[in-house]
Amino acid sequence: MSSFWARRGTMVLGALTLVSLAVLVLLGLFVSDPDYMQRDAVRLMYLHVPAAWIAYLAYGVTSLASGLYLWKRTRSMAWDTLAGASAEIGVLFTGLTLVLGSLWGRPVWNVWWAWDARIVSTAVLFFLYLGYLALRKVPADPAVRAKRSAIAALIAFVDVPVVHFSVDWWNTLHQKGTVFNRELSPTIEGNLAWALLSGVVAFTFLYLYLLERRYRLAALEEAIEGRALDVAIAERRAEADAPVPGGTGGVPPTAAAGAARGRGS
Amino acid sequence: MTLFRQALLVAGKDLRIEARSRVAVNQVLPFAGIVLLLFAFALDPNRGLLPLVAPGLFWVAVLLAGLLAISRAFAVEGENGVRDALRLSGLDGAAVFCGKALAVAAQLLVLEVVLGIGVVVLYDLEIHNPLVVLAASLIATAGLAAAGTVYGVLAAGLRVRETLFPLLVLPVVAPVMLGATRAWEAALDGVPSEAWPWVQLLAVFGVIYVTIGWLAFGPLLEET
Repeated sequence: MSSFWARRGTMVLGALTLVSLAVLVLLGLFVSDPDYMQRDAVRLMYLHVPAAWIAYLAYGVTSLASGLYLWKRTRSMAWDTLAGASAEIGVLFTGLTLVLGSLWGRPVWNVWWAWDARIVSTAVLFFLYLGYLALRKVPADPAVRAKRSAIAALIAFVDVPVVHFSVDWWNTLHQKGTVFNRELSPTIEGNLAWALLSGVVAFTFLYLYLLERRYRLAALEEAIEGRALDVAIAERRAEADAPVPGGTGGVPPTAAAGAARGRGS
Repeated sequence: MTLFRQALLVAGKDLRIEARSRVAVNQVLPFAGIVLLLFAFALDPNRGLLPLVAPGLFWVAVLLAGLLAISRAFAVEGENGVRDALRLSGLDGAAVFCGKALAVAAQLLVLEVVLGIGVVVLYDLEIHNPLVVLAASLIATAGLAAAGTVYGVLAAGLRVRETLFPLLVLPVVAPVMLGATRAWEAALDGVPSEAWPWVQLLAVFGVIYVTIGWLAFGPLLEET
């Protein structure tokens, strides 16, 4: 029964994601006006800003889940799985943020890349969590790996503000009066704001949907590993229990298979 | 035995191993030297760029050679079951962390002195405000050693240690690289007042990673 509701929930979430993405396409590409300065390039912002928001959300969830894993009273492998699933999505969306920002920067700033504080700290963040994912991929005992990953995730989380401030500082010390104003002005033109909002909503649904799928996949992977072990143990048991085949006409399976192959060729 | 004495024991052990095996002297220092030469090839000494970018090159060289030294500090634990012996010794996890970080810091300082002489001689760098340079270097070294030791134990004993460790630690120490370079630049340009914010940043980084190591090193040493 619970799996039925879980599947139902996933379907609803998937449907919400599709509908909200459709709304985003409609608002972002057709309804909203081109920006006064950025012209049509502003439409990339409806993806770039939500992607950045999802990246931060995903890392936040990873940190929270890691903390809950480390806290003895709430320790459960589920938190570890959740942390890993969320970090993967976070890295994906951080990469997407960088690529989309770069595509937007070319027409608007006339450069693919600028050594702007926020861009650089996002890039460092990308590598920081790539390292975390690489650490997770190293085969180890699940409990050992979970604890190690959880500590690594928390250290990475602590490092984020340090990186951010240092890069911010570096930038302000260097370029007095920044050329690029990446801040969205507090008053965004009506239908542009709606497009941006729909982007945030759609990406949040997308994140939740992907997170659920990834989490389920990881749980299934673990179940398969456990199952394979059970099957192997059962086979060995059966072998031990089975009577020793005497010479009463029964052909051992491997010999029969060999004979069949011999005939086929 | 106090925590401090325990830490000194561990640091003494690591430094004794280094003094006897001479890996740091015979391999890491020459590596740092060749890195300095490569920078000169890349940037062409005749264009006069080298003295301008020397602080950055110095810290990149320290970082690259330092990675080797830190990897080495944990490779010695993997041999002959030293890791288990360390766990069984009854030493406090925080003390083991401090000891290993101290040993790493001592090696980094030697590395920095040699590389410092290298950039002065090879890149024609003049050191102004030696006090600021010294303070920035000492604090940056503490931060590097602490962060390196935390990530060293995290990656220690893994089969992919050599490739994983740099990926883990380099993004983390990026602020140290930035802060130490800017502090040096400010000091060498003769405006030490601009160096102090960076020294403070380095100090904050150091405090954060010493705290993390203090808390997390014991569990990491036990579990992995």
